[in-house]
Amino acid sequence: MNKVSIIFSRISVWLIVSALLVASCKQGGKRSKDDGQATIPRDNAAFYDDIKKAEKIFYTLPSPLESAMLIKSAGAIFDDAILNPTENVRNYITNRSRALNLGIYTCDLSFASLYDQTQLIIDYMSAAKSMADGLGILDAVADEDITKLEENIHDTETIMDIVSQTYLNSNSYLEDNGQPAIAAIVLTGGWIEGLYIGTQLIDMKNFENNELVVRIIDQKLSVDILLNLLESNSGHPVVDELILQVGKIKRVFDKITLTTTPVKAEYDQPSNMTVLKSEVKSDLTLEVFKELSAIVAEIRNSFIK
Amino acid sequence: MRIFKVIVAASLIILASSASVSGQCKAFAKKTCLPELGSYTHDGNYHAVVLSEGEEAELYKTFYSNMEYRLSICGEEALPPVEFIVYDANRNVLYSSRDDSFAGTWDFRLESSQQLRIHIKVGTASQPGTTPASGCVSIMFGFRIK
Repeated sequence: MNKVSIIFSRISVWLIVSALLVASCKQGGKRSKDDGQATIPRDNAAFYDDIKKAEKIFYTLPSPLESAMLIKSAGAIFDDAILNPTENVRNYITNRSRALNLGIYTCDLSFASLYDQTQLIIDYMSAAKSMADGLGILDAVADEDITKLEENIHDTETIMDIVSQTYLNSNSYLEDNGQPAIAAIVLTGGWIEGLYIGTQLIDMKNFENNELVVRIIDQKLSVDILLNLLESNSGHPVVDELILQVGKIKRVFDKITLTTTPVKAEYDQPSNMTVLKSEVKSDLTLEVFKELSAIVAEIRNSFIK
Repeated sequence: MRIFKVIVAASLIILASSASVSGQCKAFAKKTCLPELGSYTHDGNYHAVVLSEGEEAELYKTFYSNMEYRLSICGEEALPPVEFIVYDANRNVLYSSRDDSFAGTWDFRLESSQQLRIHIKVGTASQPGTTPASGCVSIMFGFRIK
């Protein structure tokens, strides 16, 4: 076999493997019965029992936009000092740091958008674009989006639409191009940033009956979903590292007990929607909150280095 | 040498068709499912998958109190109706689209935050011996403050 044939055969093998891998990734992430690699016990393992039959399982976290909306609706006051400075963009040269900070900057962008921080909106959109471009995500943020953003900088609804589209474009690109692990890392960055902003904005003098504290407690419900998402992508070195870090947060959340009454679905005629009625009680103490806040800050600050 | 050319061509076709199917689902989700959210703000998450008749998907998500949500589930025209059922953490059925004439959207709000499971199943309509239909199924969420 001459040199050209050897090179050609190697390219062929690479292409076949790539094609098969990509094709298998596009099958909707089918899972077998033994596919679950849970390493950290779940509070409600039975809840996840039925997943074996499904062709595709989606573990969905609150998006950065939803997290920002939860924080704002709880009455929190905007503080740009807690966001990840956009100057840090130049420090992110690995896929790990770009993926984590794509989630973080998108969360910061969402937060700035809801509080009409015009210059910050443009700065954080550019930072998110830089991260997406670095990851090779095509058209996550098109130049037209930046122009549209600048033209509608005082129109919160249009800005929220653009932010939502940006996040959708990034996620769909990564999912559709066989990079679900990178997509999971982006989602983790966004979730941690939302939790970080929430914990940093709590007024400690007003801890009791604080709506923002309730929103933090709510994240106990999402930590298992995040671990499932990460564990479904285990084997990727960054994902494996994140499983350990999120595991630390889960261990603190495990110290909080949530007691929920049975959920009753009732149709509400005036609002034309179903109301899911139930009551929830929790026993979060100031001490546990401080522990949670510290561990979240430690992990988040390691992400933005 | 000729066999290599055939292998390369076949591989490129597989790669191209895979990318095309995915792009098709994203375009379908944005064009068909997104407008169904109406006045609700899309959360930005992307959930779309190619399913065949009889196949199922599951989605786990936390929904928050004092927010109003619209869940929108769309299947491509080639598919039979797509049914979805919403369960609470204790596996109680909270909503079934089958009982609502296979509606594609469901509006709801919660008095307390809950982790819910959404089970999606594509119906079957093909005659035995024929190829089951397959197509994109997309799940989207919109939210607004109460």
